[in-house]
Amino acid sequence: MELLRVEDLHVYYLTLRGYVRAVDGVTFTLTKGEVLGIAGESGSGKSTLVNYIILPKPPMVRVKGRIYYKGLELTGLAREELGKIRYKGISIIPQYAMDSLSPTKKVKRIILDLARGRSREDLIEKARERLKLVNLSERVLDMYPIELSGGMKQRVVMVISTLLDPDVLIADEITSALDVTTQRAVLEMIRDFKETGIIKSVIFVTHDIAALYQIADRIMVMYAGKLVEIGDADGVVGNPKHPYTRALIESLPRIGVRYKVKRLKGIPGSPPSLLNPPRGCRFSPRCSEALEKCRFEEPPETLVDGRRVYCWLYSR
Amino acid sequence: MVAQALLEVRNLVKVFKSGMMGREIVAVDRVSFNIEEGEILSLLGESGSGKTTIARMILRLLKPTSGDILYKGRNIWKLKGRELIEYYRQVQGVFQDPYSSFNPIHKVDRPLLQALKNLQGIEGSEALKIIRETLRKVGLNPDEVLGKYPHQLSGGQLQRVSIARALLVNPKLLVVDEPVSMLDASTRIDVLNIFADLRDNEGVSILMIGHDISLSYYISDRIIILYKGSIMEEGETDAVLGSPLHPYTKMLIESIPRIEEKWGRKSRIRLDVDQKPTAMSGCKFLDRCPHAFNMCTRKPNLIRKDNRKIACWLYKNNYNQDIA
Repeated sequence: MELLRVEDLHVYYLTLRGYVRAVDGVTFTLTKGEVLGIAGESGSGKSTLVNYIILPKPPMVRVKGRIYYKGLELTGLAREELGKIRYKGISIIPQYAMDSLSPTKKVKRIILDLARGRSREDLIEKARERLKLVNLSERVLDMYPIELSGGMKQRVVMVISTLLDPDVLIADEITSALDVTTQRAVLEMIRDFKETGIIKSVIFVTHDIAALYQIADRIMVMYAGKLVEIGDADGVVGNPKHPYTRALIESLPRIGVRYKVKRLKGIPGSPPSLLNPPRGCRFSPRCSEALEKCRFEEPPETLVDGRRVYCWLYSR
Repeated sequence: MVAQALLEVRNLVKVFKSGMMGREIVAVDRVSFNIEEGEILSLLGESGSGKTTIARMILRLLKPTSGDILYKGRNIWKLKGRELIEYYRQVQGVFQDPYSSFNPIHKVDRPLLQALKNLQGIEGSEALKIIRETLRKVGLNPDEVLGKYPHQLSGGQLQRVSIARALLVNPKLLVVDEPVSMLDASTRIDVLNIFADLRDNEGVSILMIGHDISLSYYISDRIIILYKGSIMEEGETDAVLGSPLHPYTKMLIESIPRIEEKWGRKSRIRLDVDQKPTAMSGCKFLDRCPHAFNMCTRKPNLIRKDNRKIACWLYKNNYNQDIA
């Protein structure tokens, strides 16, 4: 069953120097029960994309495209209507959320902000159970965010954002600031939450492909506002098709690799300005396999091994 | 006689006082290690391990509570005048966030010119020549960088400028604190390769502070694993990370997401409840350790075990050889 559908979405930022084309034509769906990973480096548009789904606000401007949640069109909904879907239907943990908890409220009060007409006792009781699931003591309810470590705060944020059992949880870089042992624990908690039915589907956004690979069923790779490749996680990581995905994965050192034995190399150059992105394929200026055509014409969608790839190498 | 180490850290301690109650946080707890000439040594640890505090003390940005740091056999806190300036020239730092290392209202040229003038007394066209050469050495095109303000450069470019600034004065030791963690994955490896080349071609020693195990594996000759201010395991990279003995090192390595292999079912990771290290009588890893037993309520010493040093009671059979 399809929970979410994003069709040809273009979201720009209006600046004094013109439009920054942060998301420029992205299409994908999210089905019930799956973890979709979105990978990309800084400036790829991944955060803008997921934030626009449920937290659209200026200076983001939707230039084109639609978003559907269970058949209901979200794009164009009034703020209050979208607010009703937030937390219950689609819940987001924005980047840096754990550092944005109100410092003057105890965790319990932050949770009660969700009550809005619901029974406060029930909500707190449920929070107690959920805290147990993430290995936190219920004492946390009476603590201020400053008293919690990074890993504890991130788990509190997870409990709050899933307390109303949303269909879709969007997690934006929630493990990036965590220590490696805490990161593994948080990733496993996300998986547990899905398996126990607290949440139905997850969109997990990160720059860390290795972390993504551990929990994602499908992976979507973004570059400079465009989707470059989307398919099942094993395929994208094990046999990447797009030259960008390939170069990115090759630049990651495996455990046990030392420079004296195998010298790795990064991708030369840096991502383009999205105020004035290059014509044709946006990766072409940095691509070692670029053809003449890549610099002038945008690559079409091509199916390669059941995977959507946007690259001229596969559609001559 | 063993050759003198370039830098010796002996029984280094740093205690911070926090809050009105004056609660003591022991950030660095009797740490000793050497940095040899021409080696890349990584201090690996999670937040609260004390790794950055150690780096700041070596750079003389922070005074130790007790213990000594000897550079070529001389205590760095007793250096004065010309000797001190010479220390500042020979031991250079590169920090995590290049955007906060540079003053945003000045062009990047300024700190480069200042470094040469203040530490080497070189100015004018000769300074400019050295600057251009050094920028090329770190893989930058001088014409694309000089005359620019920090915000006009990408994170990767600016971090290279910051490395170039350190290299301008021909240092013997670079202390680099999480030098690539703010950079995109696709540019990280090229910055690490710069350090590798410096070591191989110019014999510069590098102390790298980090938390990313695979990056440290890639670049380092030796590794020190820190936990809550204490050394848990120390040795050659292949020994410590390739066949770890300490339960903490094992847990760290088990937690790394790998691109070539998926995690199996559930890990047995126990999370830390209180991250602030305080004075403790027993092993600091006790509450998270899957192998803890009655001995562990006493503090294990750092002992030599085969090809490494380790602080763990599981390897206590030769605990008389206390070398810490």
